[in-house]
Amino acid sequence: MEEWTRKDLLGLQELDSKEIELILQTAASFKEISTRAVKKVPTLRGKTIVLFFFEPSTRTRSSFELAAKRLSADTLSIATSSSAIQKGETLKDTFKNIEAMQVDCIIIRHSSSGVAHVLAKCMGPSIINAGDGCHEHPTQALLDIFTIKEKKGHIKGLNVSIIGDISHSRVARSNIWGLTKLGANVTVCGPKTLLPKDIEKMPVKVTTDLAEGMKGADVINVLRIQKERQKAGLFPSLREYAMRFGVTTEKLKNYAKEDVMIMHPGPMNRGIEITPDVADGKYSVILEQVTNGIAVRMAVLYLVLQAGDDEQQEQQ
Amino acid sequence: MALLIKNGRVIDPKSKRDEEADILIENGKIVRIAANITNNAAEILDAKNKIVVPGLVDIHAHFREPGYEYKETILSASHAAAAGGYTSVCCMPNTNPVIDNQGVVEFILSENKKAGLINLFPIGSITKSLEGKELSELGDLKDSGCVAFSDDGHSVMNAEIMRRALEYSLMVGLPIISHCEEMSLAAGGVMNEGYISAVLGLKGIPSVAETVMVARDIQLARYTGARLHIAHVSCRESVELIRTAKANKVAVTCECCPHHFTLSDEAVLDYDTNTKVNPPLRTKDDINALLEGVKDGTIDCIATDHAPHAEAEKDVVFDQAPFGIIGLETALALGITELVEKNILTINELIEKMSYSPARVLGLDNGYLEQNASADITIIDTKRKWIVKKDNFLSKSRNSPFIGMQLTGCAVATIVKGRIIFKPQ
Ligand SMILES: [Zn+2]
Repeated sequence: MEEWTRKDLLGLQELDSKEIELILQTAASFKEISTRAVKKVPTLRGKTIVLFFFEPSTRTRSSFELAAKRLSADTLSIATSSSAIQKGETLKDTFKNIEAMQVDCIIIRHSSSGVAHVLAKCMGPSIINAGDGCHEHPTQALLDIFTIKEKKGHIKGLNVSIIGDISHSRVARSNIWGLTKLGANVTVCGPKTLLPKDIEKMPVKVTTDLAEGMKGADVINVLRIQKERQKAGLFPSLREYAMRFGVTTEKLKNYAKEDVMIMHPGPMNRGIEITPDVADGKYSVILEQVTNGIAVRMAVLYLVLQAGDDEQQEQQ
Repeated sequence: MALLIKNGRVIDPKSKRDEEADILIENGKIVRIAANITNNAAEILDAKNKIVVPGLVDIHAHFREPGYEYKETILSASHAAAAGGYTSVCCMPNTNPVIDNQGVVEFILSENKKAGLINLFPIGSITKSLEGKELSELGDLKDSGCVAFSDDGHSVMNAEIMRRALEYSLMVGLPIISHCEEMSLAAGGVMNEGYISAVLGLKGIPSVAETVMVARDIQLARYTGARLHIAHVSCRESVELIRTAKANKVAVTCECCPHHFTLSDEAVLDYDTNTKVNPPLRTKDDINALLEGVKDGTIDCIATDHAPHAEAEKDVVFDQAPFGIIGLETALALGITELVEKNILTINELIEKMSYSPARVLGLDNGYLEQNASADITIIDTKRKWIVKKDNFLSKSRNSPFIGMQLTGCAVATIVKGRIIFKPQ
């Protein structure tokens, strides 16, 4: 088995395909634990993991927390807003304080891109990026990829379409890097106004036509559309968005492959980017994504904390 | 008290002099420039293997006083300027209070007198409190010592106000310096919009936010016949617009900054907030356009846009960090390293763009070496290599993306009115 050497998991852009494969393999072996009657192994006993969430998030936080607990780590969960911290104290001050409490790992979610990168540079504990601004959300993409691999058996050569607000999506960016490194063909599809400038320089096919985006896709990953984007003038109305970019059974029948698989990182706007019958129907693997999220996060925690231990031993 | 600079290569952009010569200074003025001057009473400054040039002139800097003395003061900025080879600096009006009335101008001039190092030329605001609504007392500002008008930090968004400002400044006889940024296009952006911002997930400032305003202001200058100087040109299309405007005899000049011709938006990849600047670092193609503009004369001056910020202010997430880079102490070396050593400009042309040319844009009686001129002189070692070190800045702030870089060239003596104000060791 390949060695994992990184102290942190900040994004998929910086990983190579072997590292991604290693996480997926490790996740596969952890998945079984969650099906046991006693869903707990002692692997990370004695480790302290802090979940620092500066943005509201139920599913990612609970997924990480369960992953940590099933590995017997102690967890501290801090939910706050970026503004609550700023009274004279810098973000680094806050984290240096947490570090001084001798924790082993900090899982961070923040509304600003780059936060995890900057902290990882100045902090001893492992940093896991649980979503930074519009930049990356590596564990979400890993669980997406894990789910695809589990269902389709492989990643290489698959056609994966990501549909929606690509500009503001960290899920899209992490998926683009992760999937293309493993040999998938990625198409991004959304309104022109929600595709970042120069997106075509990324290793993706770009289209603003949903039929085109669906055609030949083995997997369609539907992104959540934020209602604020409409107020910012980025698209005319949710109604028009649903008509042009909403994924419906009818459109799937007309344009997509018969065995297409539908994913969504949640939370969904039912009836807007995805219709309820698609979300709950035969194509959907949305709840399996949630289940797999725990296994993938267990794998990530296990690997980075293992690497942290190795690093310490070398220093001693 | 006499000072004699011996054996240097004297370069004067105005007279095009470029020869080995001595310069004799008495009572703050240049008395004679000639070979082999002897004067037993004078203090001798040996400039062998160095160039002797007019004291550098910065047309665009932020001195932060009054109001933000924790970032920089007139005194600390003067020391930084002197170390960078600058003898004259123009300071932008976004202080607190804003330089929009005679009182603030007088305060700045009197503080500068106390600091007693460089020539400081305040730039008054175009509009009161930089709000873009009502004209400042431009006539009074000129009478109290301002050399230009600018709302730097913003564009005057209302085109009618900008038109009237140009007309009024034409009457007053001073140029308008325009920071070109269409605010609705730039809103919320923190770096150049393009591939790098797409990868980093940071909101972009499109180059078109700059160029639509460059185009507007050129048209307004053309229509009114007023003198327009465009600050910190950062992208290809702006250079092209200005080139065309000059060909059409519009009274427009412009500057660009060393950080814009040295670094591209790839420098932001580490989320280093010291690379956050407005206008943002653009693409390599934009850098090439700036270099072409510098070379063909479309770009008249090199300005620092020295913008100090305290370390704690920059030590935040990228989104929230203030825009700005300090530049007084690195501009000359970046000019030599990036322009002269890479054969974009001769050293003579570089010196012109950093002294005589900015002085001429603002009508200042500086930036040249001749008999009876004020003895504002910089002696430069164009070969010396040095590494930019955080702890060596004389500026109160350290927000430089060049820390750790090796550069070539530095001032070895800076002289204002015949007095040596900077000379290491
Ligand atoms: Zn400006």
